[in-house]
Amino acid sequence: MKFGVVVFPGSNCDYDAYHAIKTTGLGDVAYLWHQEHSVNDCDVVILPGGFSYGDYLRSGAIARFSPIMQAVIKFAKKGGTVIGICNGFQILLEAGLLPGAMRKNVNLRFVCKDVYLKVLNHDSRFTRNCDKSILRVPIAHAEGNYFADAETLAELYETNRIVFKYCDKDGTITNSANPNGALDNIAGIINKEGNVLGMMPHPERACELVLGSSDGRDVFESIVGSMNYEKA
Amino acid sequence: MPKYKAIIEVKFKPGVLDPQGETIKNALLNLNYSGINSVSTGKLFKVELEAKTIKEAKATAESIADKLLANTVIENFTVEIEK
Repeated sequence: MKFGVVVFPGSNCDYDAYHAIKTTGLGDVAYLWHQEHSVNDCDVVILPGGFSYGDYLRSGAIARFSPIMQAVIKFAKKGGTVIGICNGFQILLEAGLLPGAMRKNVNLRFVCKDVYLKVLNHDSRFTRNCDKSILRVPIAHAEGNYFADAETLAELYETNRIVFKYCDKDGTITNSANPNGALDNIAGIINKEGNVLGMMPHPERACELVLGSSDGRDVFESIVGSMNYEKA
Repeated sequence: MPKYKAIIEVKFKPGVLDPQGETIKNALLNLNYSGINSVSTGKLFKVELEAKTIKEAKATAESIADKLLANTVIENFTVEIEK
């Protein structure tokens, strides 16, 4: 099983993602340069955090037109597993692989801290192995204020596609646990087919206890578990 | 080919929260400006382009705005063409 980590000019969590896969031993991992036209032999694509193309225009707005993204879009449309973290989530929204858009955080600040996430859907390809229903994972972003129109939001609920919501440490979804003003505390969603996840928090920065939490590991273990589950 | 200048304005759709606009409004109130009802922010792009006709220039500018300059999930745009 091979993970591919896309590297855009301005990505800065690409090595974090690479390191997470390496240290957990969950699979092989390689980088995919933004000028490449193929995801090569990768089974899973990770769009990492950072500031692709300097966040010019809007976060993710330029990255979506890069050569590698055309390959990622094709890969996703064929059912390939794609996880977009932070800037990666923003790129997935801009590319139209996930619905909605990101606005600036409601307090206009870059927020960098650990948050608690409630796992609302344990059946997804990305959460199947999450034993816990509350994960502690860091966030680090200035534009994580998720927005979707009323119709899209209703559809997300009906189809159980809101995978993570910001909550307090007991799992209660409150305004004070919402770090950025995101609609209904939404922190992560999947697409209709369930093969694309976008999330603002950074599971790859929480894969080892030495980093304060290993809860993020569950997300990557779920991906590996799902691949084996679907092959069987 | 004739040269045109496209002025493309991108604004938040009504009902989409504009945290920068809100903050600027509060700053104005703190500066003792009275009667400030709302402030909204947006982006202005000037694109110099060549096209056969003004109609073609406008169509190109609209395509640029729709494809790249605006995120139509949360933003609207207007296009004006100057000679």
